Amino acid sequence: MVAQLLFFYFGGMAVAGAVVAIFNANLVYSALALLMTFIHIAGIYILLNAEFIAAVQIIVYAGAILVTYVFVLMLFNPEQEKRYFHKQYKIGGFLGAALLFLMLFAGFKTEILSQAGPMTAESIQEIGHTRAIGMALFTDFIFPFEIASLILLVAMFGAIVLAGRGKIRKRGPGGRVDLSSRNVTKEAS
Amino acid sequence: MIPLEWYITLGFFLFSIGVVGVLIRRNIIMVLLSIELILNSANITFVAYSNYHQIITGQMMVFFILTMAAAEVALGLALVIALFRVKTTLNVDQINLLKW
Repeated sequence: MVAQLLFFYFGGMAVAGAVVAIFNANLVYSALALLMTFIHIAGIYILLNAEFIAAVQIIVYAGAILVTYVFVLMLFNPEQEKRYFHKQYKIGGFLGAALLFLMLFAGFKTEILSQAGPMTAESIQEIGHTRAIGMALFTDFIFPFEIASLILLVAMFGAIVLAGRGKIRKRGPGGRVDLSSRNVTKEAS
Repeated sequence: MIPLEWYITLGFFLFSIGVVGVLIRRNIIMVLLSIELILNSANITFVAYSNYHQIITGQMMVFFILTMAAAEVALGLALVIALFRVKTTLNVDQINLLKW
């Protein structure tokens, strides 16, 4: 009963944060609403007996990724736009609702065919969740682990190469300048 | 005991909200943030199935999705910065050229 109440709290706050993030005009508010979503998703992971994943969720998503977003937002200093939705926002909303309906339909019609594995909640608790993850990561998944390190290395080089040189130009090609970002360019150059 | 369907439904809701965000927002940083939301919904589904099937492979997938999300953020924001140098806009409607 307590677990179900906690699920409703965490899930409801996660969905509410996501909705606020999508429909808010201010980008910094959107990022902070998404921070709320990520922290409550970590609570969902704890309900699912995955403490280590919850900790990693908070450290990586809430700690690193969102801070990077907020940092870049501060770099651009975007002005508040009056029109921050596409003209076709009704079509977008309809497509999202249709997708949700389709996924719910498919998800509840599907039967689960696989057998239950050996890692019950008790056996994971016995050896510790971090230890169970580590043992799986460094035995069965050692090759994907190495690939992941390579991906991170390439991403680091790519970010440095893409963002690390050149000056900000005053105006784009053809003399078209976005009015909403003119102040930013002046301050930066 | 919470049924598995509740977690799956939560994942579906977050995924749909993320897709709507990608479709309707005009700011490219907001589009990237919505993609993060979609990845998180996939993570919830992975962990839920992993817990209910008692196989830890799903949580490994969450790990690699996290790595990929970090790489995507670094590269995506670097691309946004490089794009802003040339086009001086963050509006996806105005980013419509392959070459200039």
